[in-house]
Amino acid sequence: MTTPKGTYLRPDLTMIADMITPNSRVLDIGCDKGDLLNFLVKNKMVDGRGIELSQQGVNECVANGLFVIQGDADNDLGEYPDQSFDYVVLSRTLQAVKDPQKVLRELLRIGKKAIVTIPNFGQWRVRVNLFTSGRMPVTKSLDKTWYNTDNIHFCTILDLFDLIEQEGYVVETFIPYNKDGKRVVKARNYANFFADNALFLLNKEEY
Amino acid sequence: MTISNDNLAELFKANPLLLDCGAALSPVNVAYETYGTLNAEKSNAILICHALTGDQYVASPHPLTKKPGWWSRIVGPKKIIDTDKYFVICSNVLGSCMGTTGPSSINPKTDKEWCLDFPVITIRDMVKVQAELISHLGIDTLFAVIGGSMGGMQVLEWLANYPKRLNSAIALATTAKHTAQNIAFHEVGRQSIMADANWNGGQYYGQKELPGKGLSVARMTAHITYLSEDALTRKFGRNLQERDAVTFGFDADFQVESYLRHQGFTFIDRFDANSYLYITRAMDYLDIAGRHNNRLAEAFQHAKHVKCCVISFTSDWLYPTAENKQIVHALNASGVPVSFAEIDSPHGHDSFLLDLPEMDKMLDGFIKSCAQSAGFN
Repeated sequence: MTTPKGTYLRPDLTMIADMITPNSRVLDIGCDKGDLLNFLVKNKMVDGRGIELSQQGVNECVANGLFVIQGDADNDLGEYPDQSFDYVVLSRTLQAVKDPQKVLRELLRIGKKAIVTIPNFGQWRVRVNLFTSGRMPVTKSLDKTWYNTDNIHFCTILDLFDLIEQEGYVVETFIPYNKDGKRVVKARNYANFFADNALFLLNKEEY
Repeated sequence: MTISNDNLAELFKANPLLLDCGAALSPVNVAYETYGTLNAEKSNAILICHALTGDQYVASPHPLTKKPGWWSRIVGPKKIIDTDKYFVICSNVLGSCMGTTGPSSINPKTDKEWCLDFPVITIRDMVKVQAELISHLGIDTLFAVIGGSMGGMQVLEWLANYPKRLNSAIALATTAKHTAQNIAFHEVGRQSIMADANWNGGQYYGQKELPGKGLSVARMTAHITYLSEDALTRKFGRNLQERDAVTFGFDADFQVESYLRHQGFTFIDRFDANSYLYITRAMDYLDIAGRHNNRLAEAFQHAKHVKCCVISFTSDWLYPTAENKQIVHALNASGVPVSFAEIDSPHGHDSFLLDLPEMDKMLDGFIKSCAQSAGFN
């Protein structure tokens, strides 16, 4: 998909970008080379900040004039003040952190809203793969083997719904989708079976 | 390009410099070097702050050692800090001994060297003097202030005290406060200077014998903290110095011993023992959060417009990544735009002085993007 200023953005990142209000403050955790941040800064006048583990990613961000901290979601969120961002984005990273529950709480502490995307371990291909081979599934979305994967806390769409509800957060938007960005019907059980990814826009329950 | 050398400014003539210790100093001489040309808008000035044993010769040969400038790898025409584009200023810090007023300068009241009558100074005092020099040069706002180690501490004091005069700031391998361990190492250095019989209570200027042994030992201990165990092991291991077996004596049997002795001996040719006492003390007193209700973020609350970059090194155990990250988190908490990277390096604290491509990329990218948003390329 081509965006207004001709920058190419991955389909799931386009979906995230569409949700973000212009002129807001955004923290992108695991921002990689800064594609989303760069797009938001240039097209939505966002005050964007990133957290990224790889030196190469950090260097590319910095060269593009973006502000990025080398670090990770497990260790670097605690220092941010409450509600210091309008949106905190955690794209395809929740399954790779040590303590997903803590990280989720941090997202909604430092951000007014959180945008979380996950690879869905409940998708039918994964289920069939595990059922037929008896081995940990390797799919297009989960392309590493069990011993060298960064993903240590797999979950399904239904699992994340459970955690979100247990923590008392509200799902403002839920978009199940496939790798090419094509959306899947939103009914939870249906999505859990057919979508290989899902996006959650979360906020704190309002009283 | 114009290069002018050996500049000296006489500052604080009418209004004395009020120091953190309560004393007043007037006048204050500042020795500095500049490289490049100040543009018509006076918007392209970069101040580089030197480390404890550094000096103003950042990109030109040192007059005593004849060695190239300490950051000549980074600063010069077409280099990362491009002197064809920027007007680079580097001044010798207050208390030092390369031309700026310090304990070896003449006390105007006695016409003798200050020695230990020189008032105790702080990093903030050093920065006050730099700010005055920048005004003296007709510059309102710096495009950037950059420094590593003690230079980084000065960068943080600039952010805390003169944020309105900054456009961007880069701090490398530094800290916002000296820890007990940092103070402990400095105390060993100071005690070795004071234990030197030639130190004579600080009154040794003009004497035949200077407290070179004490200063040399101070430098040797400090130098160990600038490296890493890995760097020492790779460089020297347990290799013997020009012999096949140990001598069962106290000669420099090991290469590492003779290396340290060399570091110590060459240091005394270019540094003053009393300056070493005053500058290490200034670093020990550094506690920026301490002046702001123990919240470092409060120190940076007026710097929201300053683009910042902080860099640490994996093997730096003097000012480790955790301490650099505290600075980053405080800047972030104040809403200051900041980038940070921990550069992979085996060379210890001194990494910021060495050839590290990943550090260069970060510096280059940051400076170029700041230049772009400031409107010049």
